[in-house]
Amino acid sequence: MRHLRRSCRPERLLTALGLAAFALLTGCAGAPRQADAGASGSGDLGVIVGRANGTLTVVNTSSKEALGIIGELGDLSHASVVYGRDGAHAYVFGRDGVLSKVNLLTRHIEGRVVQAGNSIGGAISQDGTLVAAQNYQPGGIKVFDARTLALVADIPATFDAPGEPGKRSRVVGLAELPGQRFIYSLFDADQIWIADLGQPGPPRLTKFEHIGHQPYDALVTPDGRHYIAGLFGEDGLAMIDLWEAQPKVRRILGGYGRGQEPLPVFKMPHLRGWAVAGRHAWLPAIGRHEVLVVDTESWAEVARIPVAGQPVFVMAQPDGRQVWVNFAVPDYHRVQVIDTPTRRVVTTLEPGAAVLHMEFTPKGEAVWISSRDADRVSVIDTASFATLATLPVEAPSGIFFSSRAARLGL
Amino acid sequence: MRIVLLMALLAPNTVSAQTVEGSWTTASPTRERQQVLVRVVRQDCGSCHGMRLTGGLGPPLTPRALNERPLEALVSTTLYGRPGTPMPAWNTLLSTADALWIAQQLQAGFPDEAAR
Repeated sequence: MRHLRRSCRPERLLTALGLAAFALLTGCAGAPRQADAGASGSGDLGVIVGRANGTLTVVNTSSKEALGIIGELGDLSHASVVYGRDGAHAYVFGRDGVLSKVNLLTRHIEGRVVQAGNSIGGAISQDGTLVAAQNYQPGGIKVFDARTLALVADIPATFDAPGEPGKRSRVVGLAELPGQRFIYSLFDADQIWIADLGQPGPPRLTKFEHIGHQPYDALVTPDGRHYIAGLFGEDGLAMIDLWEAQPKVRRILGGYGRGQEPLPVFKMPHLRGWAVAGRHAWLPAIGRHEVLVVDTESWAEVARIPVAGQPVFVMAQPDGRQVWVNFAVPDYHRVQVIDTPTRRVVTTLEPGAAVLHMEFTPKGEAVWISSRDADRVSVIDTASFATLATLPVEAPSGIFFSSRAARLGL
Repeated sequence: MRIVLLMALLAPNTVSAQTVEGSWTTASPTRERQQVLVRVVRQDCGSCHGMRLTGGLGPPLTPRALNERPLEALVSTTLYGRPGTPMPAWNTLLSTADALWIAQQLQAGFPDEAAR
């Protein structure tokens, strides 16, 4: 059956739109597997990064099963993925600086460019035409044509360090902003830059300096209005209201460590994702086993919630009712769920050793959790916390569903 | 099996080797412990230094990058971290013998994880 379905796959001849009609004509529609229904749409597709073997496992979030594997994508430790707005094409940013464009419907690699020596992620423009990669080595961002992967702009993150004029900073916290703009943070330079590619000619750069020490990651709120960069080198976060006529950097949650010696941070938290639930943002504290809650109207601290370790991902369910938290080694066998109205940890799960990532289904009835050392991904019901399915995946890390295609900031 | 290995990681004091100030007379980690350490370095150190140890937020840990560095400095950085950088102190999870063995392997070319 597998062979039959493969032989019926006409990816070279037809567009995705024509697939269903072609399948009917050739009798492939007779193949009984439900997964084939996914071949005509992309809304319930997703990928799971296999960090050890450089693969993407393509999954269907409705049938809760793996559909196939896209392989040979290079070093996918710390790989991240953004989606084209068709939800069928994904862009994979490998640690080794390779940017790959894959098609989830055909499971083929459609493009590949070695764009840097060391990369950690990327973003896609509001209209889906530009893909930007954020690079550690050489430090900066590169912007590509989303269709062809042709280079559109190379923007080195140069700054004048003491005794090192023109030094390049590692770039973190890249996010997309409305109007063909990308915003990102310079870890080594304590700066935030906005690159505007919305006009002909070279990108227009806006630079914010002295934003705070060592920004390590950042996020854009779901409405695209606020950019928040976490700071490793001090207690607090840098925030920019992008809707102001003259945007400026403000410090929020300053001094949250209250002068106490920070605990060791065995893994950097990741801010990008689903930090905002209702009017509150839920953020990992650095060097503290706490989740910080801040009011996005007043930007005052609302609460701090003790949790089971150094938070890595703090992710709000799409409706904001729950916030799920995973942790750095040695506490990464646990996942905790916070009920946002009561701000209490309501359950602690142990879905398998070395939890690296979580991803909600588009409307949040389930969350998929990768357990690296258990070689599995668990699908957990967010109402009952029951395990609905488990998928064997070798050393799974990031999970990325196609619903990301419609989200601002990614 | 893996759970046992993880437990070993979480309770480093069960492994031999105590620091003797100023000396390196530490027993080598057991073969089992070495497997744990290979995984720790590739996977957990790898979250900043890259699974292939080619660098990331942290610098590369390849032989080329580390060969000129004194072994003591590598052990000290591993155990006590580097203040002012994201490198944490690993001494709650790793013993001196662990750190020494890791440093030696890094300079020699770090082993891959055994096939699982």
